[in-house]
Amino acid sequence: MDVLLFGIAKDIVGESRLRLEGEHEDLLSVGQLKRFLKRKFPEFSNLSSFAVAVNSEYAEDDVPLGRNDEIAIIPPVSGG
Amino acid sequence: MKKIIIEIVDTIDTSRVYSELSHAQSGGICVFIGSVREFTNKEAVVALEFETYKTMALKEMRKIADEAFSKWDLNKLVLRHATGIKKVEEPVVIVGASSAHRSECFEACRFLIDTLKDRVPIWKKEIFRNKTVWVSAHP
Repeated sequence: MDVLLFGIAKDIVGESRLRLEGEHEDLLSVGQLKRFLKRKFPEFSNLSSFAVAVNSEYAEDDVPLGRNDEIAIIPPVSGG
Repeated sequence: MKKIIIEIVDTIDTSRVYSELSHAQSGGICVFIGSVREFTNKEAVVALEFETYKTMALKEMRKIADEAFSKWDLNKLVLRHATGIKKVEEPVVIVGASSAHRSECFEACRFLIDTLKDRVPIWKKEIFRNKTVWVSAHP
């Protein structure tokens, strides 16, 4: 599973794409991915908030993650 | 004919917007342009850098445009955001709408920029002389 990273999320992880291989087969939902990221990269807990997009749509915590989905971390947006 | 322009571009050409929004049935055009301000909390900004998740940003901008068309009787609408490094006084976003009478396009224009700032996956980094800050990232 690949996770796209933008803005401060990219700085926290240190790359623009996080590759999660077989050992992360327990990441079945958006909520589980968020908890995993906060555990592995504690700086995520310091953000105002962060959302997850699945196939370029904002996704709630109960949305399932599939191997072929495009998954992205959306830190607080600040366009305009 | 109703027309929607939605774009993410390297450089915004503000001179195009009148022809993009003018319409035979429109008696009013309202435009908002966001630009780079020199100071944030009295600290001099060297530049802003914008990053986008382009496929999703364009999708969200399309939803905002559709919502605006459903709320107000509009003829044309523009939503355009810049990406990359922008210097002081450069335009970074332009939104606008045209309608038969002014109240619709005024209200729609405010909705377009407020909702874009709230929802569209675009991130702004303030570049100061000695540091950089992702805007709104931390409480």
